[in-house]
Amino acid sequence: MSRPVAGQLAAPQRGAELRRLTLGWHHSDRAATLREHADRYGPAPLGRISRHDLLGHVEAAGLTGRGGAGFPTGTKMRTVASKRGPAVVVANGMESEPASEKDQALLARAPHLVLDGIALAAEAVGASEAHLCLARTRDWLIDIVAAAVGERQQAGLDRVPVSVHDLPHHYVSSEETSLVHWLNGGEAKPVTTPPRPFERGVGKRPTLIDNVETLAHVALIARYGARWFSEAGRAGATGTMLTTVTGAVRQPGVYEVEAGATVAGVLSLAGLDAGSEAVLIGGYFGTWHDISAVGGLPLTAAGLKQAGGAPGAGVLFALPPGSCGLAEAARIMRFLASQGAQQCGPCMFGLPAISDDMAQLAAGRPDGDPLGRMQRRFGVISGRGACRHPDGAVRMAASAVRTFAADAHSHARRRPCLASHRGGSRTSILPVPRPWAEQEWR
Amino acid sequence: MTSKLRLTIDPISCTGHGLCADLLPELIELDEWGYPIIGDSVPPGLAAHARRAVNACPSLALRLNRAAT
Repeated sequence: MSRPVAGQLAAPQRGAELRRLTLGWHHSDRAATLREHADRYGPAPLGRISRHDLLGHVEAAGLTGRGGAGFPTGTKMRTVASKRGPAVVVANGMESEPASEKDQALLARAPHLVLDGIALAAEAVGASEAHLCLARTRDWLIDIVAAAVGERQQAGLDRVPVSVHDLPHHYVSSEETSLVHWLNGGEAKPVTTPPRPFERGVGKRPTLIDNVETLAHVALIARYGARWFSEAGRAGATGTMLTTVTGAVRQPGVYEVEAGATVAGVLSLAGLDAGSEAVLIGGYFGTWHDISAVGGLPLTAAGLKQAGGAPGAGVLFALPPGSCGLAEAARIMRFLASQGAQQCGPCMFGLPAISDDMAQLAAGRPDGDPLGRMQRRFGVISGRGACRHPDGAVRMAASAVRTFAADAHSHARRRPCLASHRGGSRTSILPVPRPWAEQEWR
Repeated sequence: MTSKLRLTIDPISCTGHGLCADLLPELIELDEWGYPIIGDSVPPGLAAHARRAVNACPSLALRLNRAAT
């Protein structure tokens, strides 16, 4: 049995920030080599920690998934480990949320932390193969990760081989059933569940699918233990989490913070513009809020629940003063409507319909009663797709209408705010709502 | 032991023919695009009608499951 050494990793802290995964990033603008990685964290206890101990540590640490769903990682691992036959591990590095950069930043700076996590998870669930899924449009990242896998092969480090894959880059391609379907030879589109991947996934085998950041935390828990991990964390959450902070801040970027840090605490790390009044929490799949209403709440699922929000993949976008929240939300909605897999009717027809309503509202040129139509449509679309794409899009749109209610009513009376008149430049703050050029699904 | 019948739709298979809403208007209505919105549980008195709607679905998207309670 291995003995995790608590306190071995002395991490610098500033405000809500706590550097564990991001340790040493400010010294370097490239990927840590295998040697630099080992110098920083010590060797991974591969082959030196029992399945039983590793599962126990991850459960006791209270780690939850960092990809957006927030499910307890230890519970998921134990479920897969309990199934008959060899399992499969899939690391999800697709990061299809346009406003999020944390998974790309993590893989680009600390690929071995993720690869350690994959190897350890494979041991914990009894896997005989492992896959790391990346978006095909990011050649630069695929090169970095492939080079890191090569280093490990030369060093003979991993018992279970890791295959790096480049998948079609669509918003719904990062959904876990999309990954499984693609790895099984199909298109990177969501499929109807059940069976869930943990029962019957890649090659019909029990399959553990975890976000790459989640796996990086597993790599540190295996080294330093559950107690060390949970020394960080507030408001019932444990460990640290990566966040992407953009919009009206002085230094947009990826910040590692204590889990449970407040929304205001995270925004202030990036230098929030004091004039910003609203924030989009959770990215394109997230919800809009008044900063004054949520600033003091922890950036956790439990903490944001009362406000109708969720941290998602840890994205915070502060709306710049002078921008129109409705216009931003309409642009996101148009993007989400274009990004469906065109499989389920309520999503295929419902999202473009809501997108048209929002565009009319944002422009202050209503045809009939777009607000009324939207409210009716919000109520009937959620929960009727094979995946959660329509639910997330509806939640984002509904939160915009709620948060910018005063604006929405003036826009509906053909009195749009000044900001929405200024045209593209002032309102085009959020990144990439142009659909990706990607046409392929295979 | 009791069990109740539940209607489910495979949203990927469903192409919005709408036959189910004709045959079982008590439990199924169509949205503005012609796709069914279903009531969850099927009262015993409507079981035969529900079965007929399931059998009539041209896409085999509508299903009737028995869920233990």
